[in-house]
Amino acid sequence: MLLSPDERGRFGEFGGAFAPETLMPALSELETAFAAAWADPSFRRDLDALLGSYVGRPTPVYRADRLSELLGMDLWLKREDLAHTGAHKINNTVGQGLLTTRMGKPRVIAETGAGQHGVATATACALLGLECVVYMGAKDVERQRLNVYRMEMLGAEVIPVTSGASTLKDAVSAALRDWVATVENTHYIIGSVVGPHPFPWMVRELQKVIGEELRSQMDGSAPDRPVPEVIVACVGGGSNAMGIFYPYAADPTVDLVGVEAAGHGLVTGEHGASLVAGSPGVIHGARTYMLQDDSGQVLEAHSISAGLDYPGVGPEHAYFKDSSLARYETATDAQALEAFHLMASTEGIIPALEPSHALAWIMRSRDELAGKTVVLNLSGRGDKDVEQVASLGF
Amino acid sequence: MASEIDSTGAEGLGNLFAAAREDGRTVLLPYMTAGLPTLDASVRLFEAMAAAGADGFEVGIPYADPLMDGPVIMEAGERALAAGTTVDGCLEVVSDVVSSTGLPVIVMTYVNPVLRMGVDRFCVRLADVGAAGLIVADLPVDEAGPFLEATRTHGVGLVLFAAPTTDERRLRAVAMAEPAFVYAVADMGVTGTRDEASDKIAGLAARIRDVSAQPIVAGVGISTPDHARAAARHVDGVIVGSALVRLVLEANDADDSARALRSAVAAFAAAVGD
Ligand SMILES: Cc1ncc(COP(=O)(O)O)c(C=O)c1O
Repeated sequence: MLLSPDERGRFGEFGGAFAPETLMPALSELETAFAAAWADPSFRRDLDALLGSYVGRPTPVYRADRLSELLGMDLWLKREDLAHTGAHKINNTVGQGLLTTRMGKPRVIAETGAGQHGVATATACALLGLECVVYMGAKDVERQRLNVYRMEMLGAEVIPVTSGASTLKDAVSAALRDWVATVENTHYIIGSVVGPHPFPWMVRELQKVIGEELRSQMDGSAPDRPVPEVIVACVGGGSNAMGIFYPYAADPTVDLVGVEAAGHGLVTGEHGASLVAGSPGVIHGARTYMLQDDSGQVLEAHSISAGLDYPGVGPEHAYFKDSSLARYETATDAQALEAFHLMASTEGIIPALEPSHALAWIMRSRDELAGKTVVLNLSGRGDKDVEQVASLGF
Repeated sequence: MASEIDSTGAEGLGNLFAAAREDGRTVLLPYMTAGLPTLDASVRLFEAMAAAGADGFEVGIPYADPLMDGPVIMEAGERALAAGTTVDGCLEVVSDVVSSTGLPVIVMTYVNPVLRMGVDRFCVRLADVGAAGLIVADLPVDEAGPFLEATRTHGVGLVLFAAPTTDERRLRAVAMAEPAFVYAVADMGVTGTRDEASDKIAGLAARIRDVSAQPIVAGVGISTPDHARAAARHVDGVIVGSALVRLVLEANDADDSARALRSAVAAFAAAVGD
C-alpha cells in the first residue's frame, strides 16, 4: 500500500534504519513484536479499554465560535489537550507501554523536549509497573520545570543532558546511547514519528486514532458535523500532525497543513523548520529532512517551544512533502505567542506553545481560509508553558 | 619510517592482516579523533603512536551527534569541532599520517557527513589521501549497499560490524558482503572505558569465524593492556579508543599528549603481542 513503509522501513526514499549494529536486532524484534500485537484482537482490546477509561478518548471536537467569528472561518479544535496528562503524547506511550509489558522488558527509557512525552511515558510506566528513566536537555529542564516535578512524582528518574545545545536532539541521542548498552532488558519509548524503523511507523499507528476519531466526529451527517476542508497541526517530530493527517492522506478534498517553528525567523537561521528550510540527510537513524551544514554536521534548532526545538522531522512527513500529500508552513516565536494569548482570551483555553504555532499560521492565512471549515489539532494544553510565557512579560 | 609494503587502500589493510597472520600476531589499531589537540598538531600524535608500536590507525572525523560514542570521544569531537575541524581538514590529517608513518589508516565517521559529500565522492577523496578503509558507526549491513559499491570501485575497504546481539542471519549478511574486516563490538554500549574485560569477545569471534574468513578486529570498551591481551587471543586486531583519547583530553599540550600516548601505546602493543 502507498502509505505504509516498505520492508526496509522506507517511505519512498525516506526512513530506513541507520543505527549501530548493536541495536539492529532489537529493532527487528520490535518490528515483529509490534506487528503481532497490532494484529492481535486482545492487545487492541486492552489498548482500547485504556484509551477509553484512562486516557479519556475519544477527545471532543469543539467549535471555536468566538475565534471563528473573529477570523472569518468555521474553526474547530480537536481537543487533544483534554487527554490525560494534557497532550496527544499519551496515545503513544500507553500503546508502547503495553507493548513493553508484552515483550517482557522491565525497564523503559524515553527522551523529552517539552516534558509532555516524558510525563506521558512516566504515567504509562506508573500505570503498568515499569521502571522509567527520562532524558531531558538541561535547557528544557529549566524552561519546563513543572513537567520535571510531574515526572519525578510519577516515579521516573529525570536525567538532564548537557551535550550539544542541551535540548531535544541531545536528549534523543542520550536515550539512544543508553539503549545501545541496555537493549536486552530495556524498551525505548520514542516520543514522535522519528528514529529508525520501526518507530516512525509504530508511533503513527498509535497516533492515527486522532484522525480516525475526527473522521467519525466530522462526517457531514449533520450541520454540526461538517467535513473538514483544511486540517492544521504543528510539526516538531511530527506525531500529532501525522496522527491527524494519516487517515485523510488518501482524501484529495482535504488540505493538510503542517506548521513548523520559524523561531526568530527563517532568515536568521535560528528555527526548527527542517521540512521548510532543511535538506535531506540522516538524523537519529532515519533519512529525512534535517538542519545541517555543508559538511553534514547537525545544526542546532531554535524555538520558543521546547517540543518544536528539533533539527529533524519524521521521515513520513518528508515523504508527504515531496509527494505533495501535505504542505508545510512556519510560524515564528512572536506569532506563536500572539496566538497563545488570543486563544486563551477568546476561548478560555490555554494552549501549549506548540499548537499555538498552528493557530498562528491560521491567523496569518485568514484570507485564504475565509469561510472554510478548518480543524486545528490542539495537541496539548499550556499549563506547562504558563511560567515561561509569564516570564516574557505578558 | 615508511615501509616497502603498500599500506594504502583495501590492499594495504589486506597486506597488514596477511603479514600478521603469517607471524601469528594480533595487530594494534589505536583510534584518535582528528584535530586533537589542534589540526596542525594532530599528525604528531599519530607519529608518536607509530613509534610506540601501532600497526595502523582509526582516524575519527569529529561529528556533532555521535550516537555510537560515549563521553570521552564525544568530548573530543566537541573540542575538535569547536577548534574549527572540517572534513577536509581531517582528510589532510589522514594524508599526512599515511605519508609520514607508512601505516594503514581507516577513517571512522557517521553516515551523514558521507551522504552530504556524496558516497562516491567521499570514497574518491579517501582513495586520494591514501586511506585504507572506512568505518561508518551508524551504517548497518542492511543500508550498506551504496557504500560497498563505492568503496569497491575506489579500492578502499569498508568495515562492517558484528555485535554480541547480532544473530546468525545478520552475521551471514555481513560475511556475504566481504568487509575489509569485521568489527567485533566487544561489549554492549557505546565507546568508552570499562573496568572489566569483555566476556563476550571469545563467543562473538567464534561465531564470526563460523561464517566468515575475513579478519576480525575487536573494539569498544578495551581500556587496559590486560583487556587488550585477553581480546587479542581471539581476534586479528584490537582497537583502543577512549583510553587513549582520554590521555589527550587530560594533557596540557601536544608534547604532553605525545608523551602520554607513546607510553600507553607501547604498553598496549606489548600486551597485544604477548
Ligand atoms: C503539546 C505538544 N504538541 C506538539 C509537540 C511536538 O511533537 P510532535 O510533532 O511529535 O507532535 C509536543 C512535543 O513535546 C507537545 O508537547
